[in-house]
Amino acid sequence: MIPAVFDYHAPASVAEAIALLSRFGDSAKVISGGQSLLPLLKLRLGTAEHLVDIGRIPGLEYVREEGGYLRIGGRTREAALERSEIVRTRFPILLDTARVIADPLVRNRATVGGNLAHGDPANDHPATMLALRAIVVAQGPDGERTIPIDRFFTGLFATALAADEILTEIRIPVPPDRSGGAYMKLERKVGDYATAAAAAQVTLDGAGNFAQVGLALTNAAPVPARAAAAEGVLMGKRANDAGIAEAARRAAEAAAPTADRRGTVEYKREMARVLAARALKKAVERAGGR
Amino acid sequence: MSTHDVQLTVNGASHRVQVESRLLLVHLLRENLRLTGTHIGCDTTHCGACTVLLDGEPVKSCTVLAVQAEGSEITTVEGLEQNGKLHPVQEAFWEKHGLQCGYCTPGMMLTGCALLARDKNPSEAQIREAISGNLCRCTGYSNIVKAIQSAAERLRQQ
Repeated sequence: MIPAVFDYHAPASVAEAIALLSRFGDSAKVISGGQSLLPLLKLRLGTAEHLVDIGRIPGLEYVREEGGYLRIGGRTREAALERSEIVRTRFPILLDTARVIADPLVRNRATVGGNLAHGDPANDHPATMLALRAIVVAQGPDGERTIPIDRFFTGLFATALAADEILTEIRIPVPPDRSGGAYMKLERKVGDYATAAAAAQVTLDGAGNFAQVGLALTNAAPVPARAAAAEGVLMGKRANDAGIAEAARRAAEAAAPTADRRGTVEYKREMARVLAARALKKAVERAGGR
Repeated sequence: MSTHDVQLTVNGASHRVQVESRLLLVHLLRENLRLTGTHIGCDTTHCGACTVLLDGEPVKSCTVLAVQAEGSEITTVEGLEQNGKLHPVQEAFWEKHGLQCGYCTPGMMLTGCALLARDKNPSEAQIREAISGNLCRCTGYSNIVKAIQSAAERLRQQ
């Protein structure tokens, strides 16, 4: 399969890329790793008159801690995230997530920024970034702005990014002591989208109660969002199995999965419940709660 | 539609090719350079038959534009043999019967090479994880894993 014709541009700087995007407007698409975009173009499910490749712009691939945030460059490859020492030792939820995205070969090209900017509710990073309360950094003609992840996803394959903006960084607040997170995914085979998946990030107080809870599901609604009702069940309460079971039940109840070859709505909702409970349990364990 | 002059190194040889912007790397290799050892299987980023090494990392060449490979070093299965001598991974696939129909084999061997370049003593689980993006429709995984283990042993002894 061959994509329909397009013009290809390889700007050497973010400013140059933004100028191209401003000029071409909606007829242009940013290509990062291209692991979602190229299949779409090949299958002709999407078209673009112009591809603006950010792959030649230096300085967009990094993972570092700075100013109370873990900062991930927008074009950081999933494979680099997986190998990052700081991710492996301090952010197991990100390692959990990166390791189940597509397959190892795809992860050598796919990027973290692309996974979010694509706006696909079946992608894995949205739930994780929602649970972590990440901040998306975008650069456009008027400079840089930050978008809280809760306001980033605006529709199916739609995000708060304007046509002339580039996602340049993801900032994750460094969690306080006694925090932990986990991502649990059920997939039919390596490389498949989630039948169901859940991301949980928690902080416990000195008494072993939930001081902070982030919970989100993958592929459970047209627009990725936190499971706010489920989080509310846990806040301030003792971290125990009964509370976790109730929160997971609430998260699954609020989910709106669609039936496809991966399963029926009922099955997916049940799997979402099971995985939400497992992710919360693992997160509590990693926070030192048990 | 834009056309581009792409300069890239394939199996050690430098090439300059004029390509359409939409040309995929796998087509550049197979059609422009006539290196047909890189196979096209699913053409939808699943099967890994089109795996090549791009700057040493295995990637699916059906999901990379030829223009994106500008300035990079590509290794295809044709580049594994050196001076008429098979690469240890090729020898191991031969000896351990790591192939049946052979369609996935170039991709499997290149993914195996990349794994062993990083780690000469991978566990069986690590091997299985590394090749999880390469599908063998003959389901010959047991011997593929054995072949990569055998190649690892050969490389450790070198």
